[in-house]
Amino acid sequence: MTGDEQWLDREAGPVVRPYAVTRGRTRPHGVTVGLIDLVVSAGRRSADARGLGPEHRRLLGLCCSPITLADLASEADLPLGVVRVLVGDLQERRLITVAASSGESSQNEKVLRSVLDGLRTL
Amino acid sequence: MVYGRYERPAGPAPTPPLFTKLLIAGGFGVGKTTLVGSISEVRPLRTEEDLSELGVGVDDTTSVELKRTTTVAMDFGRITFPSGVVLYLFGTPGQERFWFMWDELAFGALAAVVLADTRRLPDCFSSIDYFERRDTPFVVAANHFDDSPVYDAADIRDALDVDSDVPVLLCDARRRESVKQVLIASVAHALARHQSAARR
Repeated sequence: MTGDEQWLDREAGPVVRPYAVTRGRTRPHGVTVGLIDLVVSAGRRSADARGLGPEHRRLLGLCCSPITLADLASEADLPLGVVRVLVGDLQERRLITVAASSGESSQNEKVLRSVLDGLRTL
Repeated sequence: MVYGRYERPAGPAPTPPLFTKLLIAGGFGVGKTTLVGSISEVRPLRTEEDLSELGVGVDDTTSVELKRTTTVAMDFGRITFPSGVVLYLFGTPGQERFWFMWDELAFGALAAVVLADTRRLPDCFSSIDYFERRDTPFVVAANHFDDSPVYDAADIRDALDVDSDVPVLLCDARRRESVKQVLIASVAHALARHQSAARR
């Protein structure tokens, strides 16, 4: 799906439905990637990317440097659920790696202080 | 201002960036999108859909006459601090039919803000219940609308019957400074709770 998707009319919506790019799959293979988990390309050669769709390639291009799943979905302008499925495909082919960054630090005093300091100096 | 992806601030960054998140909850049409938009450096991650006849009887639009679209996915915002810490703001979906998303949003969140509309206070009861049950630190922020009656925070606290240690404040989700104070209150509350738990 490109940014300038075609619309037939108001009822029909975009010609390419979001989950058409996942071939109807709404859940990823493997472990679900968290919203602020970091996704990064494994830097493999393009030969490994054979058979991938244009959206897969676009996501792969966007995660050359580490990017959170939420930022990835925002930049790709694709629904989060769709990005999750496609990221799952890329992970399965070992084209990307995912580092969990949510959870354990949320009730850490140092983390809370650094966020509080940051907000106060905004 | 940085658009798009996370960029490391100029200068040495001795530690890897730290990614954190806050939740913005509250009833349908209470101003979550506005609040996130007032302070975020990125475009929201959301899908605005027209309110259609399908939503009649499902989406209560009484006293939100001016609202013609609603957020069906989620609001998403990001603030990057010079220290390298990145704070994400995620708005929880306002309608109950999207509640399946809440647990994932709440996992690992530092704190939550429950945004309230004083004309429709019961709309935020379910959010308050959720965070009380999960033991997520939260504050209640009553968003000011031009035609809403003026109450003070103590009246709102009484009406909501929240624990005495839960901060209740008034805000204007359109104003960045006001939103900043709400976010500070939520993280300060989380820190205070953490410290008192550590002392016990």
